[in-house]
Amino acid sequence: MIRFVDVHKSYRVDGKDISALQPFNLDIADGEVFGIIGHSGAGKSTLIRLINLLERPSGGSVLIDEVDLTRLDDRALRDQRRHIGMIFQHFNLLSSQTVAANIAFPLRLAGSHDEEAIASRVAELLERVGLSAHRDKYPSQLSGGQKQRVGIARALANRPSILLCDEATSALDPQTTASVLELLAQINRDLKLTIVLITHEMDVVRRVCDRVAVLDAGRIVEHGSVADVFLHPKHETTRRFVDEALPEEAAGGAALYAHVPGRILRLSFRGEATWSPTLGRVTRETGVDFNILAGRIDRIKDLPYGQLTLAMQGEGTDRALGALRAAGIEVEEMTR
Amino acid sequence: MIAVLASALSSLFPNIDDWGELGKACIDTLLMLSGSLALTIVLGLPLGILLYLTGKGQLRQMPIFYAALSLLVNILRSIPFIILMIVLMPLTYVLVGTKLGIRGAIPPLVIGAAPFFARLVETALREVEQGVIEASQAMGATTWQIVRHVLLPEARPGLIAGVTVTAIALVGYTAMGGAIGAGGLGDLAYRYGYLSYKSDYMVVTVFLLIVLVQLLQMIGDRVVAHFSRH
Repeated sequence: MIRFVDVHKSYRVDGKDISALQPFNLDIADGEVFGIIGHSGAGKSTLIRLINLLERPSGGSVLIDEVDLTRLDDRALRDQRRHIGMIFQHFNLLSSQTVAANIAFPLRLAGSHDEEAIASRVAELLERVGLSAHRDKYPSQLSGGQKQRVGIARALANRPSILLCDEATSALDPQTTASVLELLAQINRDLKLTIVLITHEMDVVRRVCDRVAVLDAGRIVEHGSVADVFLHPKHETTRRFVDEALPEEAAGGAALYAHVPGRILRLSFRGEATWSPTLGRVTRETGVDFNILAGRIDRIKDLPYGQLTLAMQGEGTDRALGALRAAGIEVEEMTR
Repeated sequence: MIAVLASALSSLFPNIDDWGELGKACIDTLLMLSGSLALTIVLGLPLGILLYLTGKGQLRQMPIFYAALSLLVNILRSIPFIILMIVLMPLTYVLVGTKLGIRGAIPPLVIGAAPFFARLVETALREVEQGVIEASQAMGATTWQIVRHVLLPEARPGLIAGVTVTAIALVGYTAMGGAIGAGGLGDLAYRYGYLSYKSDYMVVTVFLLIVLVQLLQMIGDRVVAHFSRH
């Protein structure tokens, strides 16, 4: 469990304290994938670096399994860091070393001299990230996605319980991003390790995260399960991030449907409700008519969800809304 | 064959009556160069690492220490080599027991070149990406491990280029040293070529120095290319 207690961070610039992170409390549970989303300058890269103390908090404590990192001496902190893997936007591999040597590096830093053990661990990690054929290449001979896979293998070498991802897919194209995210999700499942990732893309959060915190100008403005935050964003910043992931809705909202007769409803289906024919049954029973204005069916991590924007007409509309809600569908009426 | 070549050379450079002396001067220059270069690296590399580590925003930031060290390096670098050699004579005598010859030349050569090389080392280390250093810290590396396993290997091409530049600067210094009794090609050029008006000596020694510098640059570039293939 990673726990921030009253943590804040400010930098001293030209004799003045500039606040990077306002005081906050946050718990990240073991085995979850926790996303931190924010625009650049929101403080997310400072926040993720508090977890391995690459950045020291100006106040408060950072606890990992109840051990307060801020109270550790240098040696104990280095030991802790060996159990926290980290991957980076620009990979940060040693350009003078081969893929295998890069992956072996943290093992050597930890003091391992058993060449046989190192070689077999490296082979195992290469296998996991699908790069066995590239063990003797140098980083400059690899593509971006391959470099990040080396970064992931390196981060996993010392069998960490936490993996920190610093904008790990921001330098990659969409297809490579998808495959790297898939690899992260698989590692999370297989190794049960906690993943904390920072990103500025809602789509990354939607694909792999269980929970998310939204960071805006050094403040956590919203946090919760990805499905809650994604389907019912409360803060303005969150709404903008969600709109980026759902472009058709962002264009004009309710104003877009000003000329459409009937009441404009937005239905959200989650989990199993997505697959049952509730809408058809309710309209048959209540005799209402509807027209689909916009919609999508997708997944938030492993949870299927659907969102439909409807124009509904007929006397039974109120009854229909009640029946839909009773069937576990979230209904919002859009005012115009 | 050799006789033909020898007679051709002596007709081309009639004033050079002892080619053996020229050969010995060559060897002296090479000895001075290799001895002083080795010691310059031994002294300048740690000094450069220290400059880098204690600099602003680096791993072991120490502003006052850095400023003092930086000043010392700058002072040593601002003194012209020929003056440095004269100023250092008492120290040289204490260190190696003579002020003359190859041995007498080495202490001033090293003290003149080490600060220069240290700056080149500092610059080369600064070229290493900050992100790689951060990644190593995140992996729990000590400062020494970062120096040994990250900074030095990653900066290797820049460091080798620095050695090349320093070696060439040292060739110039050894020639200057010749003027005040260090021996070698500079000594020959000065005594025979300048003081005795035997310009043949000047031509031949300058030619040999050019060949030496070219060779050093070529070897340096080769080695850098070898290590920058990635």
